[in-house]
Amino acid sequence: MLLSKKNKEVLFNPFSKDNPVLVQILGICSTLAVTVNLEPAIVMGISVTAVLAFSNVIISLIRNTIPTTIRIIVQLVVVAALVIIVQQFLVAYDYDVSKQLSVFIGLIITNCILMGRLEAFAMSNKPWPAFLDGIGNGLGYAIILVIVAFFRELLGSGTILGYQVIPQWCYDHGYMNNGLMILPPMALIVVACLIWVHRAHNKDLQEE
Amino acid sequence: MKALKNFMDKISPTFHEGGKLAKLQSVYDGMETFLFTPNTTSRSGVHIHDANDMKRTMSTVIVALIPCLLFGMYNVGLQHYLALGTAEHTGWFTMWLFGLLAMLPVIIVSYVVGLGIEFISAQIHHKEIQEGYLVTGLLIPLIVPINTPLWMTAIAVAFAVIFAKEVFGGTGMNIFNVALVARAFLFFSYPSKMSGDLAFVKTSSALGFGGGTVSDAFSGATPLGQVAANVGDTLQPLHDVAGNAIGTMDAFLGTIAGSPGETSMVCILIGAFILLLTGVASWRVMGSVFAGGLVMGFIAHACATPTYPASMLDPLAQLCYGGFAFAAVFMATDPVTGARTHTGQYIYGFLIGVIAILIRVYNGGYPEGAMLAVLLMNAFAPLIDHCVVSANINRRLKRASRTAKE
Repeated sequence: MLLSKKNKEVLFNPFSKDNPVLVQILGICSTLAVTVNLEPAIVMGISVTAVLAFSNVIISLIRNTIPTTIRIIVQLVVVAALVIIVQQFLVAYDYDVSKQLSVFIGLIITNCILMGRLEAFAMSNKPWPAFLDGIGNGLGYAIILVIVAFFRELLGSGTILGYQVIPQWCYDHGYMNNGLMILPPMALIVVACLIWVHRAHNKDLQEE
Repeated sequence: MKALKNFMDKISPTFHEGGKLAKLQSVYDGMETFLFTPNTTSRSGVHIHDANDMKRTMSTVIVALIPCLLFGMYNVGLQHYLALGTAEHTGWFTMWLFGLLAMLPVIIVSYVVGLGIEFISAQIHHKEIQEGYLVTGLLIPLIVPINTPLWMTAIAVAFAVIFAKEVFGGTGMNIFNVALVARAFLFFSYPSKMSGDLAFVKTSSALGFGGGTVSDAFSGATPLGQVAANVGDTLQPLHDVAGNAIGTMDAFLGTIAGSPGETSMVCILIGAFILLLTGVASWRVMGSVFAGGLVMGFIAHACATPTYPASMLDPLAQLCYGGFAFAAVFMATDPVTGARTHTGQYIYGFLIGVIAILIRVYNGGYPEGAMLAVLLMNAFAPLIDHCVVSANINRRLKRASRTAKE
């Protein structure tokens, strides 16, 4: 009975109905910055998921002992410690990608999704639901990152995960990669298109 | 005419509620109002009746663009034959015909893609088709380099119409100038096709017509492109595609390399004259763009350094070269995207002029800044209007409270 009905909602709602990027419009900064290529986007998604899940658990465990006045500082310390672990792990095992992601792994600390989930969920829930909530929101964020990066890498560089997928004869006949896709403004427009499609399918989310 | 009217009346029920083709009602309405004046007018209430509706405004702009269009076609041919080296033996009509055949596909692509999206969008939202694209569709071929592949133009037009116009609510609701968004999309997406040697001269034959494929052995950079690449303490003499020296007078007449519509100052001034005479464009915006350009040109020229070669151009040359004049007359004066208050229009236009020259001179990456300046100020136009209106309200409030005290 690890996944009761309520826990299922906690885990799966962030994928669509309660998506941190598409519905809550959180974490846009890194969505624009790390989605030029698919590989860094996947690594970023996994990193955020890991940090979010474990910081949710830790904060949830000590939620009754944290004095309310300094809770933000405590949350930041926990997140910062986890981010440093992730960062060192990446430097050790995937140096190239960690170079590509550069400062953005460190900036997970300031990702609005983390503070939002810690404040809104982990501070008032038991560790197991908090863990599921972290996994759900992290993966909800990662899915959007991967979709955006897929289109940007495909149209901007003609590759997927570094492999050329647009055949050479297209280039020989005058096809060109779209330079605007590499630039951050286009990421914003891709995200906007995703929101457009998402709202069109979820009529209850449409604003008047 | 009578027969056509009867025909339209006869097929009318097919397109209205309950008819077989009711789904295409907006297309029918669009065609009917295009051909005939609507026969329903308001009968009650107070309405100002003016013959100058949106359709006539749009048509006036089209008429004002015709000199630029015709001369642009001639110039496209001229540049092509200059690059081939056979310009002396080619008549002006051959050149014009080549330009016509070179530009025709671009115009068709622009209208088919743009109007296609407008029709579909109007159909989805059950709205009438608006005339807004009529002008945009002609502006785009005039500001896109002639050598741009058609599929790129098609993508840019689709992007601009969907993301700069339809998502904001269609004609009259857009924040940014749609034609310039199309050009900016091309400019940032395919930079290698939008600047440099090969962009502004048609290097292949146009629909089988012309002097054949041009070899790479020519320098097709625009005057501003040449200035931006200038090395040394003084400005090297500018040259045209065939290597002959050119001056500001050539730019004034328009026989230089550039996007089809932007080269000829004479034709742009004729267009400006038509727009101002009919009152379609705001003289406040137009005048203050030129004033801003002149002021910034003087400042740049006064502190000219070899580090920024474009600062060595004299202010009048700044106005003649590149797309500055075209942007001032046809882009900045767009009533939808520009400022609407009179004071606001002065500020809006002046800043466009200043920023265009500022980008041109001090940003090495962009030899031309008029497009970016207009787009930037489009974003600020509502803010300028808001400030002007609230300043006016405050002034009146103060006056009212003062008279109330007395």
